[in-house]
Amino acid sequence: MCMTMKLHFDVSGEDFTRAGEASGKVKSKLKQLGIAPDAVRRVAIALYEGEINLVIHAGGGEIDVEISPENIKMTLSDKGPGIADVEKAMTEGFSTATENIRSLGFGAGMGLPNMKKYSDEMKIDTKIGEGTTIFMQINL
Amino acid sequence: MTIRDITQILSAEVICGEEHLEKEVHNACGSDMMSDVLAFVKDQSLLITGLCNPQVIRTAEMMDIICICFVRGKAPDEAMVELARERGIVLMATKMRMFTACGVLYEKGLGGGTDQCV
Repeated sequence: MCMTMKLHFDVSGEDFTRAGEASGKVKSKLKQLGIAPDAVRRVAIALYEGEINLVIHAGGGEIDVEISPENIKMTLSDKGPGIADVEKAMTEGFSTATENIRSLGFGAGMGLPNMKKYSDEMKIDTKIGEGTTIFMQINL
Repeated sequence: MTIRDITQILSAEVICGEEHLEKEVHNACGSDMMSDVLAFVKDQSLLITGLCNPQVIRTAEMMDIICICFVRGKAPDEAMVELARERGIVLMATKMRMFTACGVLYEKGLGGGTDQCV
């Protein structure tokens, strides 16, 4: 198979209840394509963490997923506030989430570290006041 | 044990997914923090939680968790039930508190998978 499949999602920053919709759709697509369950789960978790971040930190954004026989590439981009200190943000337990977000079950400071843990490659491109683009790749 | 066994041990009311009650559950986790579930849970198929919002169902979906038990009498709304139903996830609710619910299940032989996080 030399086909590449591309998926695109607009993620609304308005509605927390819908956060995870895109990740859920990607997960079922991958299952349908017969991708190994372990890889499916890693993609689902990494993407879901990213999608939650788009909603709670960036006021929404876009998700692009590229599925090829070799790997799954995910790009999450937003026009949010940017990440002030990437190194700090990558530290387990560090979070800038508000009490309100914590009461929703998130903001334990595990999002970015978790995305890194579950992906084979991860790159963060961020600029204060302009936004953030995160690239993740999971090899098959 | 089966999901049906769990409902009996916890005196829980099944909210949706009655058709899946004979499924086996080997490990469970208990948390109100979905961040921690996403970070530390591995192959646990029951989530015990006091958090009650749609992200609990989404988290379960991503983690291949097949059953969620809400403690302290929390009741999911119709949108959450629908979300769970579409994904074949069993929802149940018990009036027990988190510690007690985890304790009685543990006593009956349900494990937590790995004892320490790595």
